[in-house]
Amino acid sequence: MILTLARPVVTFVVLIGAWWAATRLASIPFYLLPQPPAVLHALWQQRVLLASATLTTFSEMALGLVIGTLLGSLCALAMAFSPRLQRWIMPLLLLSQAIPAFALAPLLVLWFGFGMASKVVMATIVIFFPVAAAFSDGLRHTDPGWMDLAHTMGASPGAILRHVRLPAAMPAFASGLRVATAIAPIGAIVGEWVGASAGLGYVMLNANARIQTDVMFAALFVLALMTVLIWTVVDRVLRRILYWAPDSNGAAR
Amino acid sequence: MNDNDARTHRPAPGQVDLPGLRISGLGLQYGSRAIFTDLDLTVQGGEFVVLLGTSGVGKSSLLKIVAGLTRASTGTVTASDGRPLAGRIAYMGQQDLLYPWLTVIENVMLGARLRGERPDPDRARHLLGRVSLHERAKALPSELSGGMRQRVAIARTLYESHPFVLMDEPFSALDTFTRAQVQDLTAELLQDHTVLLITHDPLEACRIGHRLVVLSGHPARLGEPIHVPGPTPRAPDDDALLHIQGHLMRILMEGHRA
Repeated sequence: MILTLARPVVTFVVLIGAWWAATRLASIPFYLLPQPPAVLHALWQQRVLLASATLTTFSEMALGLVIGTLLGSLCALAMAFSPRLQRWIMPLLLLSQAIPAFALAPLLVLWFGFGMASKVVMATIVIFFPVAAAFSDGLRHTDPGWMDLAHTMGASPGAILRHVRLPAAMPAFASGLRVATAIAPIGAIVGEWVGASAGLGYVMLNANARIQTDVMFAALFVLALMTVLIWTVVDRVLRRILYWAPDSNGAAR
Repeated sequence: MNDNDARTHRPAPGQVDLPGLRISGLGLQYGSRAIFTDLDLTVQGGEFVVLLGTSGVGKSSLLKIVAGLTRASTGTVTASDGRPLAGRIAYMGQQDLLYPWLTVIENVMLGARLRGERPDPDRARHLLGRVSLHERAKALPSELSGGMRQRVAIARTLYESHPFVLMDEPFSALDTFTRAQVQDLTAELLQDHTVLLITHDPLEACRIGHRLVVLSGHPARLGEPIHVPGPTPRAPDDDALLHIQGHLMRILMEGHRA
C-alpha cells in the first residue's frame, strides 16, 4: 500500500528534479523552458483562471467520456445482436477512423459553435472508437464452451447476450474504456485549440501567443493531473465491476 | 470380452422408466472429408455408455450432434419414448464451463437463469450438499480447485433434472487421483440418468461405464460393444477391469496406427 503511493511520488520528484537540473545547468531561456518554481508561481497567480478553465475542460471530458462510452457500447451491442447490422456498421466505424478527429475539429466548431458542445462532440468521437472496437471484439469472442452450455440449456439469443456474452465481454470493455479515458483529453484540448473562449486548451493557446511559457506549463500540469485522476476513478470503478477477474486484466496493483 | 447383459445395470424396479437414446445412420461430412459414416448406437434407458476414441476421431462432433449443437450430414438421433430430445439433455463439456462471474450456487442454478425461470436455491443447496460443497455456495469459481469446480459442474448438471446426460471428456483436465474421485461421484449421482460419456481414457471408461464402444478409423466407425461386469464405480484394481482396459488400449493403439 505504501509502495503503491510512493511509486508515483518518486516518479514525480525525479521528473521535476531532472527538469530543474536541465534548466539550471544548460541555462535554457525562460520562454523556452521555465523553471519549476516559476511554474508553481504561475499556478498560484493564475489560480482563478486555471480553476475555471479546468472546470470547463473537465466537463467536456466527462461528458465526452459518458456519451462516447454509451454510444460505443450501444454500437457494439447492436452489432453483437444482429450480424447483419454488423456488416453495415463495421465499415462505417472504420471509415470514421480513416478521417483523423483533428481534421474534423474546425468543421465541428463551425457546426456546434465556440461553446462546449463542439468540444464534447470532439471528445465523444475520440472516445467512441476504442470502446466500440474493444467491446464488440469481446462480445464476439465468447468462450464457445459457455455458448454450447447455454444452448443446451435452452437459452434464447437475448438471454445468451444478457447472461453470457455481455458479462464475458466486460474485461474487453474495461480495457477499451481505460484506453479511451487516457486519450479523452485529446478531443477536448484539440477542440479548444481550434476555437474556444474557455478551457485549458484556450488558456494554453493564449499564453503561447504572449510567450507566457510558465502559464502554459501550469495549464499542462493541471491537465495531466486531471487526466490521471479521472483514469484512477474509472479504473477503480472497473475493478469493482470486474470483481471476478482479479489479475487477468488491467494494470497491476 | 464379457457378454454380460446391460439390463443387469439398469435402475432398480420401481423407478420411473427412463427414456433411451437411439442414434441411427449418423454421418458427418466436412466438404469431401467424411469424419464418420453410418453410426448406429442405442443407449438403453438408465444405461451409462462410454464412447472411447483417440483424439481427432470425431467423438466430440458426435456428442455435439446428439446435444443438438451441430447438424449431422445424415442420420437421426431420437429418444426411445418418441418425444423430442431438445430440452431434455444436460451437457457437460471438456472444461467445467463454470461462469466465473457467478457464484457457485448461481452456477448450479444457471439453467433457470438462462431460461428466465424462478431459481430454486433450496434444491441447489441440496445438490451442492450431495457433491460435498455445501459451505462453498457463495464462493466464486476462481476460489475453487479443479476437482471442486468439476463437482459444481456435476451439481449444475443434476439441477437440470433431465433424463439424458452427455459428457465430453469432462474430467480430462484433472489429475489422476482427483479424476478417480470425481468418477466415483459421477457414477453414484448419475445412476438414474441415461448417460453417454466420451473419453480417451480406457481406465475411466472401465470404471464408470456399463457398456463401452470404441470409435476408430477414417472415416470413423463404431466397434462391437464391450460389457464390463459388476456395479459401478469399479475398483481400479478389479481383475476384469484390468483385462478389459488392456484390451481397449490395444484396440485404440491399433486403430490409431491404421
